[in-house]
Amino acid sequence: MTAIPYIELRNITKTFGTVKANRDVCLDVNRGEILALLGENGSGKSTLVNMLSGIYAPDSGSIFIDGKEQIFTSPKDAINAHIGMVHQHFKLIPVMTAEENISVGEKGGLFIDKKSIAEKIYQIERRFALVTNPDKKVYNMSVGEKQTVEILKVLYRGAHLLILDEPTAVLTPQETSQLFLILRKMKEEGCAIIIITHKLNEVMDISDRVTVLRRGMSVGTVRTSMTSPRELTEMMVGGPISLEIKRERTSRSGEPMLRVKDLSITDDEKVSLLDNVRFDLFGGEILGVAGIAGSGQKELCETIAGLMKADAGSITFLGEELLGLSPRTIIKKGISMSFIPEDRLGMGLVAGMDITDNILLKSYNLKKGLFVDRVEGALHAERIVAGYDISTPSVSHIVKKLSGGNIQKVLLGREIEMSPRLLITAYPVRGLDIGASCTIYDMLNEQKKKGVAILFIGEDLDVLRELSDRIMVIHNGKIMDIVNPETTSKEDIGLLMMGHAPEKSE
Amino acid sequence: MIRIVSRAETSPLRGNILRIGAVFCAFAASAVIMLFIGYNPIEVFGKIIEGSLKSAYRFQETVNKAIPLVVLSLGIAIAFKMKFWNIGAEGQFYLGAFGASLAAFSFPSLPAILLLPLMFVSAFFFGGMWALVPALLKARFSASETLVTLMLNYIALKWISYLQYGPWKDPAAKGFPKIAPFGKNAILPDLFGIHIGWLIALILVVLMYILMKKTKLGYEIDVLGESEATARYAGMSVTRITVVAILISGGLCGIAGMMQASAIEHSLSDQLSGGLGFTAVITTWLARLSPPVIVIASFLFSMLLQGGNFLQSALKIPSSVAGILQGIIIFFVLGSEFFVRYRFVYSREAGK
Repeated sequence: MTAIPYIELRNITKTFGTVKANRDVCLDVNRGEILALLGENGSGKSTLVNMLSGIYAPDSGSIFIDGKEQIFTSPKDAINAHIGMVHQHFKLIPVMTAEENISVGEKGGLFIDKKSIAEKIYQIERRFALVTNPDKKVYNMSVGEKQTVEILKVLYRGAHLLILDEPTAVLTPQETSQLFLILRKMKEEGCAIIIITHKLNEVMDISDRVTVLRRGMSVGTVRTSMTSPRELTEMMVGGPISLEIKRERTSRSGEPMLRVKDLSITDDEKVSLLDNVRFDLFGGEILGVAGIAGSGQKELCETIAGLMKADAGSITFLGEELLGLSPRTIIKKGISMSFIPEDRLGMGLVAGMDITDNILLKSYNLKKGLFVDRVEGALHAERIVAGYDISTPSVSHIVKKLSGGNIQKVLLGREIEMSPRLLITAYPVRGLDIGASCTIYDMLNEQKKKGVAILFIGEDLDVLRELSDRIMVIHNGKIMDIVNPETTSKEDIGLLMMGHAPEKSE
Repeated sequence: MIRIVSRAETSPLRGNILRIGAVFCAFAASAVIMLFIGYNPIEVFGKIIEGSLKSAYRFQETVNKAIPLVVLSLGIAIAFKMKFWNIGAEGQFYLGAFGASLAAFSFPSLPAILLLPLMFVSAFFFGGMWALVPALLKARFSASETLVTLMLNYIALKWISYLQYGPWKDPAAKGFPKIAPFGKNAILPDLFGIHIGWLIALILVVLMYILMKKTKLGYEIDVLGESEATARYAGMSVTRITVVAILISGGLCGIAGMMQASAIEHSLSDQLSGGLGFTAVITTWLARLSPPVIVIASFLFSMLLQGGNFLQSALKIPSSVAGILQGIIIFFVLGSEFFVRYRFVYSREAGK
């Protein structure tokens, strides 16, 4: 076929300072096609799609639509060219309804014609089999619903090319398959779709073709039906790599290290955040925690670390009650907590400080005296940088200028170097690529072998199932069940996450 | 098409060049304004320098104005480092001066070697306590410290006025609302022709530099300023750090008040500060909270203050011309932050 592709990017180059984010990248997508854009972190995927959606302008290279060259100077130009982007972090206004969010920013007269807006939304919903409640406020919506509204918003603005940046990162398996249904419907309707994702099984499932980027260059484009996850990975990292996450066989401690009993927390508005949470955690095991974001994971972590007060229940560590102790006392007992929030920095690290000062965060106070020992701190930081293969110009580099993977390695490296006996880690691989994730899993397995008790709060069910010895499923602050990952299917865990107990005979 | 793009990275050197450039632009812009209102800008700038530096007396006067500015700025800097927006330096200054006067009037016969340290301690205590009020209100009721510190300035000032017109009014002043002068033992001695406050200020600069850069407390203040959640996560006691830092902040402002009352005014009065506590907010900000740079910024601003007074007497140019200059400098330097953080991109026009 020699037909002109719908959208074509030709030899796109974009530099930021000294970094070449994109170098001669070529990509094309046709109507009625789903193209997956694959690449490690920092390979230039986001830069590329940002240029396609008018947020950045390329230094050189051209964008063609139906064979005609286009120059986007602002996102508005891209919208006018029927290109729409759904960002990883939703750009919705929480206090507005779905309908208001969809029509916000629309050109027109002084008055809003609610009726025609509603009619237009209804048409789009019917055409693409989308389901939303237009009068529901965004803050009342689940993640999946919000995403649907984002997609609807983009379609409402007339998009024929839809770009999705890691759309499944925050979805449950059920929500993901729902999303894929919508995408397939859009494809049938003649839309073109570019989807960015890290998850190879999803690439294999949904896409027609895959374009792989590595270090800002396009490595190649392959038909999905003619490739395999292994081949794609090798294209991504530039060499063969082992994809398996090992579940280390270790013997766990006889007595539980951590015992959580009937732990309950309600917030100021009497909303229950944790509800009678009860579990044991043994040394030498990884207890995975699965749940939709915001189901009480954060509260659980913070309560164990002494940052949040519990209303009822008890948490004992090697027989000692932790509730009521100060965070510093709990740190001294050998309990480490690292929570990687969506913005990656959150409370574990100080974004504006350098690596040394961040490494010192928990240990600066162990030495007596008035002064902070930065000389030893820098040496310690250098050991961590070397030991965990953190790529940085020096230990006096500001943390927020590091890439996501390196930021997370600084945090986890610091926590592990404190030689904790209980390691709580939430979303340690959030947004990391395969290579960096595997390093982190290895680090956790290493700790497990040393007899450390690990509470691993994850989002990717495949990873949770491969890494954890047991999986605890949490829903709305309640423990639904603790399951054996080897005998429980992903779908059953997904149902538990949604609060449905699968039928079981005791 | 011009678009504004945020800079991925800014080298400190670039930032500093931009800021210094902004000061020069401010001079250029004020030159234009002066021309416009009929003054010769070169003459005005010349007179400001002449009036603030040329002759031992004028230099002394400039240093005398710089001393309280430096100490006040140090006090403000430590609070700002913690992102506690203490706009109450003026009030803490007056409370410090009040504390010093209380000591001076309570123990009029104490020898200077005992009385002066006592005045320092009392000034530090009262200034610190005055600053602690908004800190506690913030901790307990999340009251905005910016507003509370600002409001407390007026209460402090009125308290001094009350004393001046009421209980502390000097019967010997023949009906003038004045507070009695301090005894000789309550007045700071001179060193090299200027009151010893300059040495104290420089020592405080060194101490504050060490405190902010080297000590655990400085580190904790830094972390707390970046994020309270992180400070708590690292096991720091947020209350203890806040209380200590705010005590130091208000205490330093109090010491500035003590030195001004003791060395310059030889008494307490509601004219003691003349807005120094507000000017110090500006110098602190311009110095980007760095103690050594505070010295430079404070000195430059006292040159403007002193030079402005000279303009008025020598050229009959209102001293507010120097005030305009101050305002324009602030405007340009704050404006330059925009260029430090963002840059303009001139993108190709469509179709070309």
